[in-house]
Amino acid sequence: MAKTQVNPTRMELTRLKNKLKTARRGHKLLKDKRDELMRQFLILVRENKDLREKVEKSIADCNRNFVMARAGMSAEALNVALMSPKQEVYLEASTKNVMSVEIPQFSYKTRTSNTNDIYSYGFAFTSSDLDGAVKSIADLLPDMLLLAEREKSCQLMAAEIEKTRRRVNALEHVMIPETEESIKFIKMKLDENERSSQIRLMKVKDMVLEDAHKYDDKPDGPNVHKVEIIEGATEEN
Amino acid sequence: MYKIAVMGDRDSIYGFAAVGLQPFPITDTEEAAAKLKSLVDGDYAVIYITEELASRLEKEIAYFSERELPAIILIPGVSGNTGKGIQAVKRSVERAVGSDIIFGDD
Repeated sequence: MAKTQVNPTRMELTRLKNKLKTARRGHKLLKDKRDELMRQFLILVRENKDLREKVEKSIADCNRNFVMARAGMSAEALNVALMSPKQEVYLEASTKNVMSVEIPQFSYKTRTSNTNDIYSYGFAFTSSDLDGAVKSIADLLPDMLLLAEREKSCQLMAAEIEKTRRRVNALEHVMIPETEESIKFIKMKLDENERSSQIRLMKVKDMVLEDAHKYDDKPDGPNVHKVEIIEGATEEN
Repeated sequence: MYKIAVMGDRDSIYGFAAVGLQPFPITDTEEAAAKLKSLVDGDYAVIYITEELASRLEKEIAYFSERELPAIILIPGVSGNTGKGIQAVKRSVERAVGSDIIFGDD
């Protein structure tokens, strides 16, 4: 039974057939999109997981280094040492289109490319632990940016996959069956109409012939045996 | 040209200042939410937030995660790894796949 009321006309039938064709095509395309997105997502998310574990471990190491550095010098000295950083990071963000998802691509430039030129303080008043700590965090930076890129991509792709999956399901389980149902309904209705008009024509033809030839008045007319059968049936019951 | 921000308690983030990231030492939740909003609207492409602070800003972070930029990334603070960062990755897997198929072991 069609949920929505449709007009049982040929025009509506043609329209629905076209709609079904489009829906089927859209369903196939979206399904392909979902599968490909899922494949890419799984690759990306595995990378993301490994990278995150690595970065988290490195950050913990860095934090430990900084605690050691802080222990070795006064808070004021540390603040002064880190007050005006020498290094600056300029991030360039572009986007890459993966199956209609715009995922970010980061590339970065640092102000000084020399890795030995990152210390913003003189070495006289700071502990050597601080050098190690700053170095460790500077080494960590590329991985952290990569992690940011991967993780954001994963988030965006996850959102897109969810959306696509919903669309696929809506088409597969709602839209296509409903349209099929409506088409079936219209076809049945049209057939029914055709049969009824056929019967009507036959009836009219009978009546016209009856008028012309007066079959009922003749004993051997075409309707005679019909009457007999009906009478015989009533006697038996 | 974008910048990178780091938010969290002071001890966790001041190291990042040394390598050119912009540190924003904040511990108050209200203040952090306001700051996060201004950072998102500013020219920051990546915002690192300590897991501890992020756990108090979940609503805001979820709201901004729909945007293309910035990327809001959780990092462990000095107080240790709370596992929230990896949980975020797990959540996006669950969102995409429907169930967790990557971190099956834990």
